[in-house]
Amino acid sequence: MADPVTNPVLQLTGIRKSYGSGETETEILHGIDLRLERGEFAALIGPSGSGKSTLLNLIGLLDRPSGGQLFIDGQETGQLDDTGLTRLRGQRIGFVFQHHHLISAFTALENVAMPLLVARGRPDADMFAQAGQLLDQVGLAERKQNLANQLSGGQQQRVAIARALAMSPSLVLADEPTGNLDTHSADDVFALLREVNTRLNTTFLIVTHDRRLAARCDRIIEMVDGNIVADMRHQAATN
Amino acid sequence: MKSWMPFEWIAAIRFLREGRMQSLLIIVGVGVGVAVIVFMSALLSGLQANLVKRTLSSQAHIVLLPPEEIARPQSPAAGIALRLQKQAQRLRSIDQWQQIQARLEVLPEIAAISPIASGPAFAVRGDANKAITLLGIDPVRYSGVIALPERMVAGQLRVGAGEAVIGIELAKDLGADVGDKIRVTTAGDATETFTVTGLFDLGNKGVNARNVYVSLRSAQSLLDLVGGVSSIDISLHDIDEAERLASKIAAETGLTADSWIKTNAQFVTALTSQRVSSNVIRFFIGLSVAFGIASVLVVSVIQRAREIGILHAMGASQGQMLRIFLLQGGIVGFFGSLLGSALAWVFLMLWRLMARNPDGTAMFIIGVDPWLVAIAAGGASLVGILAALLPARRAARLDPVVAIRG
Repeated sequence: MADPVTNPVLQLTGIRKSYGSGETETEILHGIDLRLERGEFAALIGPSGSGKSTLLNLIGLLDRPSGGQLFIDGQETGQLDDTGLTRLRGQRIGFVFQHHHLISAFTALENVAMPLLVARGRPDADMFAQAGQLLDQVGLAERKQNLANQLSGGQQQRVAIARALAMSPSLVLADEPTGNLDTHSADDVFALLREVNTRLNTTFLIVTHDRRLAARCDRIIEMVDGNIVADMRHQAATN
Repeated sequence: MKSWMPFEWIAAIRFLREGRMQSLLIIVGVGVGVAVIVFMSALLSGLQANLVKRTLSSQAHIVLLPPEEIARPQSPAAGIALRLQKQAQRLRSIDQWQQIQARLEVLPEIAAISPIASGPAFAVRGDANKAITLLGIDPVRYSGVIALPERMVAGQLRVGAGEAVIGIELAKDLGADVGDKIRVTTAGDATETFTVTGLFDLGNKGVNARNVYVSLRSAQSLLDLVGGVSSIDISLHDIDEAERLASKIAAETGLTADSWIKTNAQFVTALTSQRVSSNVIRFFIGLSVAFGIASVLVVSVIQRAREIGILHAMGASQGQMLRIFLLQGGIVGFFGSLLGSALAWVFLMLWRLMARNPDGTAMFIIGVDPWLVAIAAGGASLVGILAALLPARRAARLDPVVAIRG
């Protein structure tokens, strides 16, 4: 049995991903090796088309690799069927997207409680109490009953972050979390991610184009043409 | 958010509520379709019931007659060509009719049995001489088969010795009224004079001009059928059973048993054709309702692709996504059917107000069968779920990566 405490949160070994078949087969990722420990706050950078999003989808169990092994909390995911992957994704991974993707028919509170509702099947008081606490933590105590489209972009992204934390995931994947926000809101949201990381020891992998934000992470992983070309820890990153 | 409600129901209702105008329009669309189906069904069954009722007002559901007489040649010598002349059917009595009547009376399907002695005769009054059908009846038994007492327009249904009840057309032809006397002569030259005790109107001109009801005993003596009856009329609780029961009785008794379905074959074929064509119309209305629901839900799946993707990403299973959209189809179908039933009720009320006979009475009675409404509601919900199947599968199989990226 995989031990989520002693195992790395994420481990990739020789991960390949290709699309098409035969002569038209195109390999996007050429054998990625990567390991993220608990509590790491890492940025994934690279030019467009370098394979960042493809890698993020594989790590998020939204897609399957063509080769290699992928472990989440020490659990090998290659053997899992779709149901198993969906369950593991729901329990261990939180997502924050560039376009927040809140469900507009629900309030902020309900959106945050949504992963718990999906997992448990029926609403209960406990899940709303938990969602309420998360909204308090992201500074939206007053906006709990607002529908998603009644919130500003920055507020929506905060709700999305609270939602990503609802299942207390080991790993939060953020795809350009500040890409859609003005500088002030972007700084706020980034600070919030950092604060959650410090307080809850949650591992973050943040895909960004913004080198300024990347520089504020503990670790910068750079991809070019489907390969990791640089993996810099804090010292290197700040230099 | 109701705590007893499963996640799929909550999401389905919220999605429908958010796309309020879209949901409302499709519910109205389903409602109109259901209203037409319910209204048409009620109208058709009312019309058919009325037609059948009118047709059977002067007919028994099953008539038992003596078996046909067939000429049986002696075994022909080989090589001799034989031409067999069909035998003329004379008026005969049903053998042992009392026993047959007693046996039939215990059958649960049978509502009433009436033995009848009938045959051709002439009715004479003054210079007028009309060909008639003389029917000897037991009025109490006969009323169980044909609602003659309700159809009396003058006098009363009384056929004691020397008393007869005639139709309004014959009364007109003979210039006779209640209390007048008519003379009845049969082909065998038997004659008897009757006093007219009542006039009936069975809603059929031929019957009103031809039938003369007298007592069973008078008809038996006039028609030379002493102690015998020429037919046994039967009415049933369920008229649709007539053909089956007629075959059964014919097989058991050896008599000829004619059901109303056989006697009115063309009429029954017309009713069946009407039913088939209305079923075809209903089917196509159902189909267009289904396509309406499906098209709205397909658009909804496209509009909500990102939300579906994010639900997948946060762990919603394919089954959960499938159920969310199936439920939306079912809910739209159910509420559409409620609206449709209410609309149908309004249509029927309007119909009742407008469709009237010249004398102001209702043209015919139609009502909404609660079962029809229940079936429409269940059917529309089912059609909604089936129509949602395609969009729901699409939502369930939506690749979250593609959906989220848009």
